[in-house]
Amino acid sequence: MKKSVLFGALTVTGLVAGAAQAATLDDVKERGELNCGVVTGLAGFGAPDANGVWEGFDVAVCRAVAAAVLGDPTAVNFVPTTGQTRFTALASGEIDMLARNTTWTFSRDTDLKFDFAGVNYYDGQGFIVPTALGVSSAKDLDGATVCIQTGTTTELNLADFFRNNNISYEPVPVETNAEAQQQYLAGACDAYTTDASGLAATRATFENPGEHVILPEIISKEPLGPLVRHGDNEWGDIVRWTLNALIAAEEFGVTSANVNELAAAPGTNPEVNRLLGTEGELGAMIGLENEWAKNAIAAGGNYGEIFEKNIGENTPIGLARGLNAQWTNGGLIYAPPFR
Amino acid sequence: MTTTSDAPKAGFRPSQLIYDTRYRSLTIQVIAFIALMLGLSWLVSNTIANLSALGKDFDFGFLGQRAGYDINQRLIEYDSASTHGRAALVGILNTLLIAVLGCALATVVGVLAGVLRLSKNWLVAKLMAVYVEGFRNIPVLLWILLIFALMTEATPQPRDFREGGDASMILGDTIAITNRGVFIPAPFWGAGAGILLAVFLVSLVAIFFWRRYAHRTQEQTGRILPIGWGTLGLLIVPTAVAFLALGMTSGRVTQPVLATGATEGMTLTDYAASQQTINACAVPFSTESLNLRRLMRSQEIRFNYVAVEDAAGALAALEAGNCNILSLPASVDLATVPAGAVALSDTIRRGMPVEFERPVLGGFNFEGGLQLRNSLIALWLALSLYTGAFIAENVRGGILSVSKGQTEAAYALGIKPSRTMRLVILPQALRVIIPPMISQYLNLTKNSSLAIAVGYMDVRSTLGGITINQTGKELEGMLLLGLFYLVTSLIISSAMNLYNSRVKLKER
Repeated sequence: MKKSVLFGALTVTGLVAGAAQAATLDDVKERGELNCGVVTGLAGFGAPDANGVWEGFDVAVCRAVAAAVLGDPTAVNFVPTTGQTRFTALASGEIDMLARNTTWTFSRDTDLKFDFAGVNYYDGQGFIVPTALGVSSAKDLDGATVCIQTGTTTELNLADFFRNNNISYEPVPVETNAEAQQQYLAGACDAYTTDASGLAATRATFENPGEHVILPEIISKEPLGPLVRHGDNEWGDIVRWTLNALIAAEEFGVTSANVNELAAAPGTNPEVNRLLGTEGELGAMIGLENEWAKNAIAAGGNYGEIFEKNIGENTPIGLARGLNAQWTNGGLIYAPPFR
Repeated sequence: MTTTSDAPKAGFRPSQLIYDTRYRSLTIQVIAFIALMLGLSWLVSNTIANLSALGKDFDFGFLGQRAGYDINQRLIEYDSASTHGRAALVGILNTLLIAVLGCALATVVGVLAGVLRLSKNWLVAKLMAVYVEGFRNIPVLLWILLIFALMTEATPQPRDFREGGDASMILGDTIAITNRGVFIPAPFWGAGAGILLAVFLVSLVAIFFWRRYAHRTQEQTGRILPIGWGTLGLLIVPTAVAFLALGMTSGRVTQPVLATGATEGMTLTDYAASQQTINACAVPFSTESLNLRRLMRSQEIRFNYVAVEDAAGALAALEAGNCNILSLPASVDLATVPAGAVALSDTIRRGMPVEFERPVLGGFNFEGGLQLRNSLIALWLALSLYTGAFIAENVRGGILSVSKGQTEAAYALGIKPSRTMRLVILPQALRVIIPPMISQYLNLTKNSSLAIAVGYMDVRSTLGGITINQTGKELEGMLLLGLFYLVTSLIISSAMNLYNSRVKLKER
């Protein structure tokens, strides 16, 4: 009698998932495109222009990384994320990095398993109210209705601020900055709170910016920066040092205008030479071409240029450098040495 | 020849598993089952491997951690110091609230529209057709957003209600429709509310017996008693009489208002003018606190609210200087009041079993009363109208499924059209209507997870939104969320199935 092998064939066990994380750098190179998570639209920081091309202060970081890794600042696939979807998108591998005004906090760095590549904007949470309300301090907001983007640290800061000051408020949760703006302008909330830079950017798009005032209280520290998944340190290094290259470039006077000229031949400043790859092998150390930093700087200019072009005082956003000036000018922006 | 016509007893051969139709189906089922189990185990092991690769653990401990965020609409006590578990519970209650409200309104709208679509009146029938086709052919999210936008953009801001503004409250200054929601008077239970409730319950029982009696009378004698009017009368009259009686008998109690730093016989207005700030001690949700707040609001006095445990706590707080004004139940002996506190000339008359607190314009917004937020209203109306359109079609189909002969037979017996509908058509139509209605209820409940689009804090927004975002527990949160919707849906469908088995054709 023949034995059936039917069941035998089915006793397959030990199906183990190949879950080992592949190196993000290889993925990006193979894809030929960087998947970069950005905001859904915040003027000056990340928004598509009239032609649908993304531009902004955070977007420039994506472009610089793409230029450093792939040599092409346009090889970026921008993935708009909301405050609620951004972390899932990054953790799941849908995006390679997140450059979207995200606050560096302890629990995000450790518990949520991300690595912050640095800080590209030192911010703090503020309130905007209509001038007609006659409010001059956030502590006058007892009983006010406040629009707040859900899933953000600002939501927690808001709760803490009102709790500490023993005043009450009514939160109106919204998903995106655009929604918040609409609700605020309709008067469905008395105040809108988010990072002060975001408030300035939002106010710049109002019909009558003069009718709204940003209250003096800054109720939190919000160091904003790009972040990557925890565990792929090589990729984290690339994003970190691309940002540092932009910052160092400003310090050493390397701009998008003169970067090609300076990179053509070794100059007098050895650190600039190392940065631009005319001296030493810094590129090889992080697994990139030797002119990675040159490409990153050529993409959108150095940190200062990016700032001035997108959110600086000559733009509608009109933000002063303040804390975000170079350390040599009394700010906090500081890149470790390229050595 | 020894012919043994025995059937081959050989019995079972493995090849029968494939070639014998008796066993083949079993084989296929076993294979499918094993494949399913393998698929599941692959999913689980994949998840475990990926989680450990990400360095994430799988535990529900986050439910006990401090949530840290605030929720605007809460049916139970909650603040930012509560736990994520509590926040999830607040969200669950909000989801259930919208589900219950939505199912109720959708049924009313759906049944009305379904019946009216069959109306002989051309205009009414066509209007209902437009409603049904308009709502069920446009995604519900658009309706939610549209109604929300209407509520926010087309209604006045609270500050337009100030003097000089162009908005005013309706129905004798009791209801305010603003772009932050509709403010309606909130009921507060006073002394005698228990009696009122008892009277109401008794009248419900009376209604039950009245209907039974009416049915029996009709069956025995054929005499038709006015069931509808009787029910309505029993529902309203005893409770209203009890309310008035209680108000008349206990309405004369006066409640003193005590204040520190005042002179005897001072009026509240003068006292308020003499003080820099007014801090009112009050026991939350007590009638005394409500009355005191009403008194001060009616005189447009701004005050801070200091919550205390009970009357003794209020007196202690007054003595300690935490507050400078309070009101006590009339039963408290004024001799026990600490020195320095004197009674003002204003007193509060009280005693109604149910008091209504009117919303009053405060600093930024209306205070007091009950706020129906725009998010709730938009979600509620949109879900009800959308689901109602589907229910209308179910109802229409159900009614059409009853043969026309039934109606004609009823008319031939001289039964009025309204009674024909109620006694002949609907009982038969319900058998057809109920089963698809169950899935409409389930749809509505699940569609309520679109709430975040208008900032309604349902369970998807609290547990499935903010909590997941703050704790990074996507898998756990989504599993809990899925479990919640599953359990809720199963409960709804089993409850409706019970009802269905009651109305379905009894076959013996």
